[in-house]
Amino acid sequence: MTATVTPASASSMKTATDAGPGVLRALARHRGRLIGAGAALALVLGSLLLGTGNWPASLSVDLSGPLERTSDWIIDNRDGHPLFLYFLGHVSNVVVVSVRAVYLLLLALGWAGVAAAAGLLAWRVAGVRLALTSVAAFAVCGLLGMWVPTMQTLALMVVAVAASVLLGGLLGLAGGLSDRMHRILRPVLDTMQVLPAFAYLLPVVLVFGIGVPAAVLATVVYAAPPMARLTALGLRGADAGVVEAATSLGATGRQRLLTARLPLARKELLLGVNQSIMMALGMAVIASVIGAGGLGDRVYQALASVDVGAALAAGVPIVLLAIVLDRVTAAAGERIGAAPARRAGLGWAVALVATAAVAVAGRLSDRLTWPDAWTADIAEPVNGVVDWMTAHLYSGVPVVGGTADWAGHFTTWVLNPLRDGLQWLPWWAVLLAVGALALLIGTWRTAATAVLAMAAIGVLGVWDPALDTLSQVLAAVAVTLLLGFALGVAAARSTRLGRALRPVLDVFQTMPQFVYLIPVVALFGVGRAPAVAAAVVYALPAVVRITTQGVRAVDPAALESSRSLGATGRQQLFQVQLPLARPALLLAVNQGVVLVLAVVVIGGLVGGGALGYDAVFGLAQGDLATGLVAGAAIVCLGLMLDRVTQPTQRRDPAGKGA
Amino acid sequence: MARTRFALGGCALAAALALTALTGCGAADMTRQASPYADAKGSRTVTLSVQSWVGAQANVAVAQYLLEHELGYRVDTVQIDEVPAWDALSQGRVDAILEDWGHPEQEKRYVDDKGTIEPGGDLGVTGHIGWFVPTYFAEEHPDVTDWKNLDKYADQFRTAESGGKGQLLDGSPSYVTNDKALVNNLGLDYQVVFAGSEAAQITQIRQFAKEKKPFLSYWYKPQWLFEKVPMTEVKLPEYKEGCDADPQKVACAYPHTPLQKFLNARFADGGGDAAAFLKKFRWTTQMQNDVALMIADQKLSPQEAARRWVKANEATWRAWLPS
Repeated sequence: MTATVTPASASSMKTATDAGPGVLRALARHRGRLIGAGAALALVLGSLLLGTGNWPASLSVDLSGPLERTSDWIIDNRDGHPLFLYFLGHVSNVVVVSVRAVYLLLLALGWAGVAAAAGLLAWRVAGVRLALTSVAAFAVCGLLGMWVPTMQTLALMVVAVAASVLLGGLLGLAGGLSDRMHRILRPVLDTMQVLPAFAYLLPVVLVFGIGVPAAVLATVVYAAPPMARLTALGLRGADAGVVEAATSLGATGRQRLLTARLPLARKELLLGVNQSIMMALGMAVIASVIGAGGLGDRVYQALASVDVGAALAAGVPIVLLAIVLDRVTAAAGERIGAAPARRAGLGWAVALVATAAVAVAGRLSDRLTWPDAWTADIAEPVNGVVDWMTAHLYSGVPVVGGTADWAGHFTTWVLNPLRDGLQWLPWWAVLLAVGALALLIGTWRTAATAVLAMAAIGVLGVWDPALDTLSQVLAAVAVTLLLGFALGVAAARSTRLGRALRPVLDVFQTMPQFVYLIPVVALFGVGRAPAVAAAVVYALPAVVRITTQGVRAVDPAALESSRSLGATGRQQLFQVQLPLARPALLLAVNQGVVLVLAVVVIGGLVGGGALGYDAVFGLAQGDLATGLVAGAAIVCLGLMLDRVTQPTQRRDPAGKGA
Repeated sequence: MARTRFALGGCALAAALALTALTGCGAADMTRQASPYADAKGSRTVTLSVQSWVGAQANVAVAQYLLEHELGYRVDTVQIDEVPAWDALSQGRVDAILEDWGHPEQEKRYVDDKGTIEPGGDLGVTGHIGWFVPTYFAEEHPDVTDWKNLDKYADQFRTAESGGKGQLLDGSPSYVTNDKALVNNLGLDYQVVFAGSEAAQITQIRQFAKEKKPFLSYWYKPQWLFEKVPMTEVKLPEYKEGCDADPQKVACAYPHTPLQKFLNARFADGGGDAAAFLKKFRWTTQMQNDVALMIADQKLSPQEAARRWVKANEATWRAWLPS
């Protein structure tokens, strides 16, 4: 899973510092004080009228009965009801047939054919360097003994991405052309993105059963939103002058769309495809939990025998696929708009013929599958490193203490007080705090959403576990921001460090989280501390990147003038760079929160308990009531946290940021 | 905007039509859907479900090796949790589960009511769930092996996660467990901490064992980890038939379960040699442990472990092959 920083939020950030006129401006200046006073008043009233304690049972709804009946109904009718026979069954069949077609094609091309095709495609789109990288990447997949699983994953990805692009494109088209559709779509896309993948695995499995169809559909739910957002953004941002000109030339609506607006939105469309690919690859491993096969399944099976090395051997191809696909689509996006190369058609013809030639040669020499002799075993050395780490760092390190001791202290001194504090607070005080915070940073609208989301958690009857999860998320976000800001600022000030960090961040961002399940437990023991550690590892890259970018983008003139006034490096950083980079830092906070939340379920697998465990439990036991309610609660937490930390939506009346 | 809506409607209609055209009109059968990776080279494929513990991997690895090398099948494996695996078996997404620890609810639904799953006989291995302490600790404190004395040691089993109480380490959410009810009904001063996955639990147990720390854990036999970390079972109130009928009121030990195989009904009838072989597959706890240990501790690939076992035990597996 990759952090998505859509240009939408970046561009609307610039407008965030405008202020309203007259009275509003005066009110806005005292906004903080007004909200504080209101909150204090409500606090007094609340304690008088509502009492203290947990979410009252009378205000919650037990959904387990109806959910169980639904799941029974699906299981009993799946083989006979027309809805399944004439619609869902066909959907499932189409997915299977398409994945199979791509898979057979890849197998028929043979390893040489696939590598050649990848290299030549990269060459045409992005130049020689990337072509070599692609070929090398595929060679490594083969070397690691992962050729067949890589092809299975690739086949699944091709179909899932195609479906995501199609669906996302259609949704984006609707949103780009109609304002009403755009308004309707926004909350839907928001929900699709904060929804933890685990939450909808279970319903998808119930309907489609274990296997590829369910995996593809779950991936599409996850990967389509960025495509939809960026398509809508591209269509809405199309240069009004060009469209106007087309209209005056008598073009019909459809002609305008096809000849002016869509071509003008090419860049956004391509970025959408790029983002869809990255999201889809992020799902590759999670989807293996429901039997998607391929690389994800290898990672997952390696974990069952506590074999980090084998998990890494299957994780590396995923990282490589992600990096290659990302760079190639990004390069394609940059090329758009540049003058078309001469004799482009010839180049493509050469690529096609060469691929066919290599594939046929492979066929003739009967070398279709990657030769077993050409594999390297990395599992053993990797396991050696992990063993050494856990043997020497776990405990008894002089002076600093072992990682297990840190984890213990962190649990006792940070996580426990935070959780107990949150759970001790009266429920209405939590709602109040959420509302006040959201008001301080956003608008009354975001505040209302945040409070409603939090209230929904209470209504669902999972108030306590949700606050437990919230405490873990807050702790993880705090650690992430601390580390992320420090690293980000350092990378912004030193180009060399920035360059050295880049590949590390790439790997952290694309490596399936399942791979570091065992190492975090081996270092921090079972419990909430390793869950926090896993979340930090996952969310850190995005925070570092956004911080670096924000600090670097600070106007050099401001920096120069402060230097001429004799500011020290430290003063420059704290009085010029950081204040000016504030919007970027706030965005980093927001992304940090969203990403940490995405790992909550993984936390459930290492002893994090609470909602993450419930979600995993629901899937493992086929218990729709537990799993879906936990999933819904995670969504609500996500919505709440997103709104509370989303500074970009205020004064964005045009609704330009999708 | 009317035009766009029309265009969108058109798109949807076209997509629906294409869908129908692609699959051929008429009803689609959700119970007959193989994996797209199956039969890729025109060979017959059997799909086996692998559960997350290594014993189950060992069964599958050996069955896979023999199916591929002796009977000429191609074998696909899918890792799924136990309950979803039953559902997948009923739908024909997998052909067989080789090690089931008892799911009465699913058995009633799929075997008795729907008839989509058939029992495939005993695996030959008997499973048992219990509470275990490391043997090095039990030797120092022999009375810890009776549940009545557990409270005395709660302090020593305490961790940062368990609050002020002793920690009872539980495992994957997919496993059968009554531990929360047990702690409650036996009035023990313990907190159940769920590791969330077997991998996490094993990792934690090995870390404890490395430092010779005391711990109390939900665990089960047969399991290869006993060879690496010797553990002694804590006696719980004796198991009697039906004492675990009400999940809220359980106050007795776990039963000994002869592990079962289950086959998809259609596969059981029409699966030819593969089905006949899987029905006959039956080995001992020791054999399973040998293979499991090679996979989990020596880090051999399951295929390699299975190859070594098959080489050394021809007499055993010859009997499983259809004559």
